[in-house]
Amino acid sequence: MHKATSVSNRKLFHFHGGLHLPDNKSQSTGDPVRKAPIPARLIVPLQQHIGEIAEPLVTVGERVLKGQLIARAQGYISAPVHAPTSGTVADIAEHLIPHPSGLTGLCVVIDSDCRDEWIDLPEPLTSYHNSDPAELRERIRQSGIVGLGGAAFPTSVKINPGPETWIKTLIINGAECEPYITCDDMLMREHPQRIISGIEILMHLLKPERVLVGIEDNKPEAIGAMREAAASSGLTGLEVVPIPTLYPSGGEKQLIRVLTGKEVPSGAIPAKIGIVCHNVGTAAAIADAVLEGKPLISRLVTVTGEGVKTPANFEVLIGTPARNLIELAGDYTSKISKLILGGPMMGFTLNDDAAPITKAANCLLAASGHEAPDPGPATPCIRCGQCAAVCPVNLLPQQMYWYARAKDLEKTQEYHLFDCIECGCCSHVCPAHIPLVQYYRYAKTESWAQEQEKQKAEQARKRHEVRVARLERLEAERQAKLRMKKEALAKKPAAKKSNDADGADPKKAAIEAAMKRAAEKKAKLTEQGVAPQNTENLTPAQQAKIDQAETRRKASHSATTVTDTTESQDG
Amino acid sequence: MRFATITSPHTERPNSVTWTMLWVLIALIPGTIAMTWYFGWGTLINIVFASVVAVTSEALVLKMRGRNPIPEIKDLSAVVTAVLFALAVPPLLPWWLTVIGMVFAIIVVKQLYGGIGYNPFNPAMAAYVLLLVSYPIPMTSWVPPEMLNQHALSFSQTLTLIFTGSLPAGLTWDALSMATPLDVMRTQLDLNFTLGEIKNSPLWGDFGGLGWEWVGNWYLLGGLLLLYKRIISWHIPVAMIGALVVIAMLFHIIDQDAHPFALFHVFSGGTILGAFFIATDPVSACTTKKGQLIYGASIGVLIYIIRTWGGYPDAVAFSVLLLNMAAPTIDYYTQPRVFGHERSSHD
Repeated sequence: MHKATSVSNRKLFHFHGGLHLPDNKSQSTGDPVRKAPIPARLIVPLQQHIGEIAEPLVTVGERVLKGQLIARAQGYISAPVHAPTSGTVADIAEHLIPHPSGLTGLCVVIDSDCRDEWIDLPEPLTSYHNSDPAELRERIRQSGIVGLGGAAFPTSVKINPGPETWIKTLIINGAECEPYITCDDMLMREHPQRIISGIEILMHLLKPERVLVGIEDNKPEAIGAMREAAASSGLTGLEVVPIPTLYPSGGEKQLIRVLTGKEVPSGAIPAKIGIVCHNVGTAAAIADAVLEGKPLISRLVTVTGEGVKTPANFEVLIGTPARNLIELAGDYTSKISKLILGGPMMGFTLNDDAAPITKAANCLLAASGHEAPDPGPATPCIRCGQCAAVCPVNLLPQQMYWYARAKDLEKTQEYHLFDCIECGCCSHVCPAHIPLVQYYRYAKTESWAQEQEKQKAEQARKRHEVRVARLERLEAERQAKLRMKKEALAKKPAAKKSNDADGADPKKAAIEAAMKRAAEKKAKLTEQGVAPQNTENLTPAQQAKIDQAETRRKASHSATTVTDTTESQDG
Repeated sequence: MRFATITSPHTERPNSVTWTMLWVLIALIPGTIAMTWYFGWGTLINIVFASVVAVTSEALVLKMRGRNPIPEIKDLSAVVTAVLFALAVPPLLPWWLTVIGMVFAIIVVKQLYGGIGYNPFNPAMAAYVLLLVSYPIPMTSWVPPEMLNQHALSFSQTLTLIFTGSLPAGLTWDALSMATPLDVMRTQLDLNFTLGEIKNSPLWGDFGGLGWEWVGNWYLLGGLLLLYKRIISWHIPVAMIGALVVIAMLFHIIDQDAHPFALFHVFSGGTILGAFFIATDPVSACTTKKGQLIYGASIGVLIYIIRTWGGYPDAVAFSVLLLNMAAPTIDYYTQPRVFGHERSSHD
């Protein structure tokens, strides 16, 4: 065991701040991972990932098989959803989902038939070394894999950095820095081989020079198991690196910093500096998808806290209601005060345990009043700077707080609001108990809303400018035509005279005169604000619509001339 | 089952303003004991009296502001202000000056700006300066340290003197009071005595003023406690004392007769109290680390300038207030480099 904790000789780096928190992990690591039984009813949200919601492909009453595609990805940044077990689609409707504000989302509700009958899975790609990377990527995409560390970003996007980006370092995140959560720890202890297989696939796809598996040194068993599996895999360039336990080392940018010394530039993704980071759970899911053809329909979830009787880890089908897991963990104790999805630092409270487990759910923390006390009233900031001292991004949280409070969003951004990773360190240490992170969330959302407004206004401005330019052009053209007409008229008598000898063409003259009248009439109408309408050959229905539109337009205040019509015609 | 929702993080918070202030008060205990030991009961009486006046003023003004006074009184910040004030003023300061000082500190300097967290100036130092400028004589009439004091007053005598102004029978103010070492140093240097001559006076201890140097040491002990508890960071005290030492040493080397050695400056007057307890007042100090270094060093330099060429023998209060004014600007120009905002060196 001691050997497992032995420090690697790799030079590690620091990030600013961070917190040493009581890790509270041993409560849930005593027993091996148990398989949670299939619930009678599963609620499978269609948006379990960052990006576009998946589009349902099944209908109510339809029988589905385990692993069957029930909703397909819409767009590039999206992920499909599969049936976690066999059964009947009972409903496709809005249902309570795990959401900080207790919102609902579109879910496919499946009544299980308890047969757990698999659909015909796609062929395992065991000899993927010879297959096209595109095929592998497609398999991973079709398997609905998203980042299982909590952010749930579609994995297929991350494994396709593009031909110009060379991924030098692949980082596998086994840090699990949040207190209480142990699902990655247990996965590494029990299934290191699956993770290593996943890493091998990722290595084939990304061709990195080196692979670093970062694990916080409070998980010696996991480090040992992973090292053993890594050694027996014979993969070169793969190293399991124990890192000091310091929250939030598991944050993507923090882990990259610790392992490589590099800082991901603000606002950029790690690929920009030749790094891609995947969670250990994601690596295992990739192995399942490629080597067995299994889509992502289950995950490991830690159920812990003083609010449940027997904390443990479970392998849970996606869509299992949180309440079922609580029952598996021996049900609530009398101490239960709050139900948190995720860890204490970044997780959010569920207002109802009917919410289902999603791909992003790594931990269900049934916290006692002692573990997650109700925050006392916030008192004024005394500018002590503790928040700045612990900020892993080296922000000035206190300054951002003042500006967020004053709704001076521009200033919050000057102080790099959008570099905040919402890790909660500042709020945790604040002696005035100010919910700092909440202020930053507010400022971010407000900024986004304002940015959207600004973009809308910008679009409107551009449209307006184009319209004004077009009006000017039309006017200039009209003037030019008139001028030409006038000149032509002035020349005519002279021309007539000269033409007299040849005998003027009276027909031509008549046509010209008619055209001139028409042009004049048109110009006159234009001046009066009546538009040419191109209304020949219309069906009665079309005519009726036009009439309606005309009435509407007359009713509307904008009475400006021809141009409105031109505008609407231009779309 | 349904639950209440609150925002993350969901943890028991390790810090509170009350605990912060309580630790400051605890850290002031050694210095307070030393002050009482060397300069008599006056300091203790002032501490208690100033605290009562400060808390009463705070309750009163919060009531007038239509707020519940209990939470703000419970944060103990008014008591910290009172204790710092009482430690800075002469031990036999007449009671009504303490009242003026505390009312000014709490009502004008603190609450009129919005209460705790909003005051741009350190309330204790603002009160100190107000009194020093307005009542220079009582504010500079110190008692001699215990070992030089032939007329040490008893507790009741001190109490009577502070609250009624009546001296014990047969004693005059002149017999009771004595200028501070800083004061003596200034006056004598102005009279063109050399440092060697001045130092022959019995007022001098091993490295600072007799008595004073030990008070300084005990304050230092409290300051280290604050550092250990991470109530303060090292930046301000180290920069302040460091700058003072450097500049004092420089001038001492240039002219040994006219400029006292560096340790004299550190262990006389309010330097140590100022460095660990006053300049570090979070509300009115700089908050960025680089800013704190500039802030602290500037206070150190200003202390030397005012002590050496200014109109007052001690200068901690003036220097702190001047830098309080500059703190927001310093903070603005010393923002740290945010993660990912500059190309880091490649490995």
